[in-house]
Amino acid sequence: MTLTDSVEMPVGPVAPAATGSKPATLETINLSAWFGKRKVLERCSLTMEVRHVTALIGPSGCGKSTYLRILNRMHEVIPGAQISGRVEIDGVDIYGAELNATQVRKRIGMVFQKPNPFPAMTIGENVLAGLKLSRSSVSDKVALTEECLTRAGLWTEVKDRLHEGGMTLSGGQQQRLCIARALAVRPQVLLMDEPCSALDPISTRVVEETIGELAHEITIVIVTHNMQQAARVSDRCAFFLVEEFGEPGRIIEFSETKKMFEEPDDPRTLDYVLGRFG
Amino acid sequence: MTTSETSRDVPLVQDQRLLGRRDVMPTVAAALGAAGVAILCWAVIGWHSALGVAVTTFVSFVVILTLAEFMARDADEVDLVEAERGEGEVADERPPEPDSELEPEQLPPVVLAAVPDAADVGDEPEQDRPVKRKKVRGSDLVEGLVAAFVAAAFAELLRIVFRMDSLVGVVIWWYIAFLFVYFLLVRDRADSESALDHVVTVVVWSFAALVSAVLVWMVLFVLFRGLPKLAATFFTQDLSKVGPLSPGGGAKHAIIGTLEQVGIATIIVVPIAILTAIYLNEINGRLAGPVRFVVDSMSGLPSIVAGLLVYTVLVTSHGFSGLAGSLALVILMLPTVTRTSEEILRTIPGGLREGGLALGAPEWRLARRVVLPTALAGLVTAVILGVARAIGETAPNDVSNIGADTTNTSPVHGPQDDLPLFVWKLIRSPEDTQVKRGFTGALVLVMLIFVLFVIARLVANRGQRKLGRVR
Repeated sequence: MTLTDSVEMPVGPVAPAATGSKPATLETINLSAWFGKRKVLERCSLTMEVRHVTALIGPSGCGKSTYLRILNRMHEVIPGAQISGRVEIDGVDIYGAELNATQVRKRIGMVFQKPNPFPAMTIGENVLAGLKLSRSSVSDKVALTEECLTRAGLWTEVKDRLHEGGMTLSGGQQQRLCIARALAVRPQVLLMDEPCSALDPISTRVVEETIGELAHEITIVIVTHNMQQAARVSDRCAFFLVEEFGEPGRIIEFSETKKMFEEPDDPRTLDYVLGRFG
Repeated sequence: MTTSETSRDVPLVQDQRLLGRRDVMPTVAAALGAAGVAILCWAVIGWHSALGVAVTTFVSFVVILTLAEFMARDADEVDLVEAERGEGEVADERPPEPDSELEPEQLPPVVLAAVPDAADVGDEPEQDRPVKRKKVRGSDLVEGLVAAFVAAAFAELLRIVFRMDSLVGVVIWWYIAFLFVYFLLVRDRADSESALDHVVTVVVWSFAALVSAVLVWMVLFVLFRGLPKLAATFFTQDLSKVGPLSPGGGAKHAIIGTLEQVGIATIIVVPIAILTAIYLNEINGRLAGPVRFVVDSMSGLPSIVAGLLVYTVLVTSHGFSGLAGSLALVILMLPTVTRTSEEILRTIPGGLREGGLALGAPEWRLARRVVLPTALAGLVTAVILGVARAIGETAPNDVSNIGADTTNTSPVHGPQDDLPLFVWKLIRSPEDTQVKRGFTGALVLVMLIFVLFVIARLVANRGQRKLGRVR
């Protein structure tokens, strides 16, 4: 459905002219995380390359969502949450003095598991909500709305009803609206926390196509429980696992998706991707 | 196709027969019979012992019910046999209409099952209508009536035997007996699970009806007492030039006072209350616990104490004024509006806040742009509750603002009347004219509250309707 749209869009290493911000590499070095006294992640080091889709896979409770939330400082919103280690965007520590949380979140967008459009706003206002909330200005709001909705694969469905409420959309449409909303603030990185888990297969396919097209423009990190989805959309995969009950989650393996699904180094990875445990 | 028709329709028709004949008829018959016996005893024979008649009625009800039950059971078996046999006859008697199977209740179940070309039934557009399922069946009503009747007999019995003089007591006993008998009747037809369900439904409905009745009664009371004196002049005159017995006079001064005092109080309360609610729920800082405790304590403050506080702090140095009354109202409104707003904010899903934060919003802008607009309708309700609390308060105003009979449009200089004070003063007067004025003032107060509620609702709903959020 978005084939015609994608032809018009700049593809490949050239970022869209309107974007203004270049995609960035995200890197974590020896990242550990705690909730209160409980350690949930231990010494996770990953590099999420520019214009790559990195998938985080692993059984429930292994810390992938926590890891993802640390990447745009959403982790610290939870009371008692603490971390150690470094998270760098193009070499700058996002927990350092150069950046504050709102600046980090503007550069590193996030799409949540459950679609969360703002109920008090129309579809159009939802797309531009990030600008309003972060006080960014933009010259042409109409063009930006259309561009973001097109990139999220929703434009044709909603172009005549931009003034209706955001909650009038179906679940799949709401999720794509949230993707459009995240794109409107021109993030360099987009984090997705199981974006398709509440969606039907058709909406899932549309969202996956959207991810495929966005991957040419920005860095994407996606948490998924769906092995097929990880295989379809990602370039690289990281496998998280809690080895023993009560221990923190660790990254067991990180490599090209193809290798991960065909001949992983670790036997536990193979077991997991083949559905033998987890 | 035929089989699916069968499996869908047969149980339905059987169900109707079950309810229509075997279970409702006996109770109807018994109720009618017992009522007949009662009338016979009381009016025709002239046996004027309530106890005797009640017992006789009850006994005849039970007897007729038992008999009818037996008869119905026999008739049932006959019905079934006839239904199987009468298939051909029924079809013959009727003109050969193609859509005769649209009226299943007139045909025995077997006919539907046996219709050979049931396939064309599905093509009929009439078939594809939403089925209106009756929530209250005829049998429920009949059982209810019977139970009410039996319970009335029981209550009458109690009244006579125990010489109960209080009507309230009799009504309560009647209600208990009604529930019990109704439970037994429904359990007899279905099972105790659905009998309990029926009884709970009745209890819920009757208490809702009771509350509504009290409300309607109060409004009607004020309406009947206040309406005769309600004229246009009531809104254009005050009490400064009329004596207690002379005609005319009005509550202009009190209406102006109420609007100004409550208006000022609302303007002061709304920002403080909503900011406090945001602090308690959105920021949830270290002081949230103590603040919540203080707010809760404030809501328990007797209104006369609020009035005394303002009197001591303000009135002793600056004299009585409408503003002093407003400040007393602020003390009363603040905890109500704050806590209600906090509860409303708590219902906003955390996902929305996370969504806003992830877009790079600072907390206060998130609250202003996302949380408050989403909660708007609820917050309006919170403010309405506060206004409703304040607008009828008399005590704090009496202490801090004493009232007046002349029109005083300035809330800061001199005492200013308001409607509760107006009503309170006049209603205690020995003169009938004054009492009538008082009731008219009460009516205007009720109307004022009503108008405020409607306006607030409309304002809150307008934005919501645009977004398709109104049910």
